[in-house]
Amino acid sequence: MKHDLIERNVGLLAILIIIAISFGGLAQIVPLLFQKETTEPVDTLRPYTALQMEGRDIYIREGCHVCHSQMIRPFRSETERYGHYSLAGEQVWEHPFLWGSKRTGPDLARVGQRYSDAWHEIHLMNPRDVVPQSNMPRFPWLADNILTGEDTKRKLEIFRNNFGVPYTDEDIAGAKEAVVGKTEMQALIAYLQSLGHAFR
Amino acid sequence: MSLFWTIWISTITLIVVLGCAVLLRATSKNNTGVPEGEPMPHTFDGIQELNNPLPKWWTILFWFTIVIAIIYSFAYPTFTANYNGLLDWTSADKDIKSPQESKLRAKTSHSQYQREMNLAEIKYGAVFKKLAYNEDGSYKSFTHIANDPEALKVGQRLFLQNCSMCHGSDGRGNRGFPNLTDNDWLYGATESAIKTSIMQGRSGVMAAWEDILGGKKGVREITSYVLQLSGRRVNTLEAKAGKKKFALCATCHGENGKGSYVFGAPNLTDKIWLYGGSRKAVEATISTGRNGVMPAWLDVLGEDKIHLISAFVYSLSMKNN
Repeated sequence: MKHDLIERNVGLLAILIIIAISFGGLAQIVPLLFQKETTEPVDTLRPYTALQMEGRDIYIREGCHVCHSQMIRPFRSETERYGHYSLAGEQVWEHPFLWGSKRTGPDLARVGQRYSDAWHEIHLMNPRDVVPQSNMPRFPWLADNILTGEDTKRKLEIFRNNFGVPYTDEDIAGAKEAVVGKTEMQALIAYLQSLGHAFR
Repeated sequence: MSLFWTIWISTITLIVVLGCAVLLRATSKNNTGVPEGEPMPHTFDGIQELNNPLPKWWTILFWFTIVIAIIYSFAYPTFTANYNGLLDWTSADKDIKSPQESKLRAKTSHSQYQREMNLAEIKYGAVFKKLAYNEDGSYKSFTHIANDPEALKVGQRLFLQNCSMCHGSDGRGNRGFPNLTDNDWLYGATESAIKTSIMQGRSGVMAAWEDILGGKKGVREITSYVLQLSGRRVNTLEAKAGKKKFALCATCHGENGKGSYVFGAPNLTDKIWLYGGSRKAVEATISTGRNGVMPAWLDVLGEDKIHLISAFVYSLSMKNN
């Protein structure tokens, strides 16, 4: 192909560029979509309960993933502090995944059961009460907002029908009842306490 | 990984590397019909292009990266997940399915991560052994460690990293999180009790008593009695009525209110209050109950580190008494 032709046709140039840069993705990413290691859950993985699922949505709404990662890399410096390195098999039911890309605060991939519920509540109301040097914002409104459970059933259904998360009919039938009247604080803490349960 | 994906990856990798080589070779030759250094027949906005060859250093560097790419693809796992390359390299065991399998695999694994862990074990394991163990292989006593400044320093660092979020960097605790520097121990001052608290965690549950005590009045009476136990001046009539009901509390807190290490029930006769000593705080504790949780740390820290932390915590209360 003559240089002349490519350089004078921007459209053709764009198509050729896309082909050139897609090689990397085709070799590195596409095979991962079809591998057991990345598509099958680990043995110890449990689906989120209805309350944890609501907590997860609050985690997303408040943008927790902007300052907290959920991805422990296989380095000693990370696993000494945060616990076992993260595995793809733990993430197969995460839609979307919340790996994050920046650690202003610590990684939360295995924060579950590391602190008591009471600690989390104090910490979310005002982080300075327990960690004086913390620069995390306060989230006091979580204690006031009450969950209606309006969409909880639908959320679980979507995760079962579209993503293959093994929710039973009872889980889905009892979804609304499980969260209605609970505070957003309770939901978020339930979610945080579940994090990393598969490899603890 | 199936044969299909191996062929898929190998083919694409080959096309890319060979494609680069072919392109480089083609552009290294002068097929323009214009001698090197002479002007090309076109102009762009009046700017003329000279037919200069690619710089030598750049071309050599490009050939070098192609050679490296080929060496790299065979040295590391490139074409399939089933073959770890000539260097037999993996980053970590990422196909494990359970924590048990992880522990099992760690014994024989030579992934980059495991090698890093093994090296650290050789380097730091000896340090912990020296600080925490006697020569006969048993753990050193807390008093022994408390008199070893080096061991205490390590214990303090571990405490600051892992415990200070609840118990404070000075170990003085917070409302709901026990002060570790006083002489009051919920589960006893023995070495094994302190270590068990950290390794297995504790769950200090106080039930909600308001309904059983017959509403606010019953709670007020018990509160008065409990405050009297710790030497506070209260309405004696109320306290008297409260004393009659105290049998309910005695199951955990003991007949005389001195508490119980078995249940982790606090001593009510001292002036130390985990959830606050005001009348309001004590009433809240009795009417709605409390749920104190100490998380379990054995899986996170391991027993050696916990032994040093325990000794440090023990030394805090020794210092103050």
